[in-house]
Amino acid sequence: MQPILSIKNLSKTYASGLSALAEVDLDIARGEIFALLGPNGAGKSTLINIICGIVTPSTGTVTVDGHDIQRDYRAARAMIGLVPQELTTDAFETVRKTVSFSRGLFGLPKNPDHIERVLRDLSLWEKRDSRMMQLSGGMKRRVLIAKALAHEPRVLFLDEPTAGVDVELRQDMWRLVRRLREQGVTVILTTHYIEEAEEMADRVGVIRRGRIILVEEKAELMRKLGRKQLTLHLQTQLSELPESLAERGLELTGGGRELVYTYDSQGERTGITRLLNDLASSGIAFSDLQTRQSSLEDIFVDLVRERA
Amino acid sequence: MAMNWPAVRAIYVFEMSRFLRTATQSILAPVISTSLYFVVFGAAIGSRMTMVDGVPYGLFIVPGLMMLSLLTQSITNASFGIYFPRFAGTIYEILSAPVSPVEVVLGFVGAAASKSILIGLIILATAALFVPLRIDHPVWMLAFLFLTAVTFSLFGFVIGLWADGFEKLQLVPLLIITPLTFLGGSFYAIEMLPPFWYTVSLLNPVVYLISGFRWAFFGQADVAIGVSLAMTLLFLTLCLAAVTYIFRTGYRLKS
Repeated sequence: MQPILSIKNLSKTYASGLSALAEVDLDIARGEIFALLGPNGAGKSTLINIICGIVTPSTGTVTVDGHDIQRDYRAARAMIGLVPQELTTDAFETVRKTVSFSRGLFGLPKNPDHIERVLRDLSLWEKRDSRMMQLSGGMKRRVLIAKALAHEPRVLFLDEPTAGVDVELRQDMWRLVRRLREQGVTVILTTHYIEEAEEMADRVGVIRRGRIILVEEKAELMRKLGRKQLTLHLQTQLSELPESLAERGLELTGGGRELVYTYDSQGERTGITRLLNDLASSGIAFSDLQTRQSSLEDIFVDLVRERA
Repeated sequence: MAMNWPAVRAIYVFEMSRFLRTATQSILAPVISTSLYFVVFGAAIGSRMTMVDGVPYGLFIVPGLMMLSLLTQSITNASFGIYFPRFAGTIYEILSAPVSPVEVVLGFVGAAASKSILIGLIILATAALFVPLRIDHPVWMLAFLFLTAVTFSLFGFVIGLWADGFEKLQLVPLLIITPLTFLGGSFYAIEMLPPFWYTVSLLNPVVYLISGFRWAFFGQADVAIGVSLAMTLLFLTLCLAAVTYIFRTGYRLKS
């Protein structure tokens, strides 16, 4: 199937000479949830802003469902909803008016039922006649999402949607994202909270210094790059590792009370049996053990650091 | 592709509701200042003045007073209208919406021009309380009102795009438009000036606007009506060209 979003050879150099994006190629499949990860200043927002028409690309093309974002900008933009990172709102407008305004801006006739549904979905209905300036930061964030959904977009961009947002709103937001996905909406999000990408995303892209350095199915990424660690809590304190165990990649921590063994979860032989046998023959007894799989966050930190 | 009329409407309604929210300020202010002008120039000084071009002085200043408000209001409304979303960041939504530059301009400039035409008519109504009005060419009067409001709203739109701070927003109306209007014959016929200053005045574009407007009221003017009309249209064209250039290059809107 044709990707809903296709980015080819996209570069952006700002007038200041800053190169924000370099030769980005990326296809987003219809209906997927794609998480774009990257440190601050990596080019996440620039990429989103180009696709949405706020920043002009230097080179390259972007098509949304086959519509070029420059030549056929009306058709392309009509499909896209954008929730920006900054909380920018019209202070004096009421919630309902500002959300209806967004729908009109996207060329759609009034539809109070749809607006009501969106406001209710985001727990904003009670606040529909409040002015924006009377709302808390979290409520404003909800309004920005409502504005982006007012014109029933097929692709939704969430730029750092949960920055500075309380737990309740975060959970509401993820419920909403799941519901949108059920309706076939494609969701592309950037986030700092990697656990969210881990929980929500189908695929993950990592961007660093304007380049996409990795795009992978989340499960695949976790499988490929994920490492496991076995931690053994020792019965007696060790001052140093016995010679027989020195070459195993073992680490002695916790003041000599813990042995940490890192292994590749994909390997045919994890070496655990041998390790435990060797420990027994060295007379090292342990009181407890646990294993831990590295999270997406660990993987991400490794990736960004490795290639720095 | 067809015009996105719902977007034009949305922007227009948004801008007009901003105007109505501050209705007291935006309607009362011109009424009060017009009344003050009439008290000072019409009653206090005007009673000691002879007729100007066969028109009582109190009546003579009506077109100039309307023009003064029309120019400053058009510029202020339109420049603020587009500057504020840039300043607040809400412009992102307009930039990411399927709207063409023509639609954005129609919405913002249309609303700003509507407001200043409304204010112009309010001033006219206020003036009617002080002097018996006389309008020889009402259709031309409305045509000049409309053309001037649109032209200077476009000019204000350009300023709102150019400004990178609130001071710059005030700069042009305060330092250029107000002096040009006062010196452009709002309160006198430029023929009353010594020959040298008369010639200098002809370099002031506002002279042609006021002169044309006054012709619509009293059938007489400082310069030929055709020249006034041509100058107004020329300025309109210049503003349209500037707006077109801005959207084509993305100047101060997009990076």
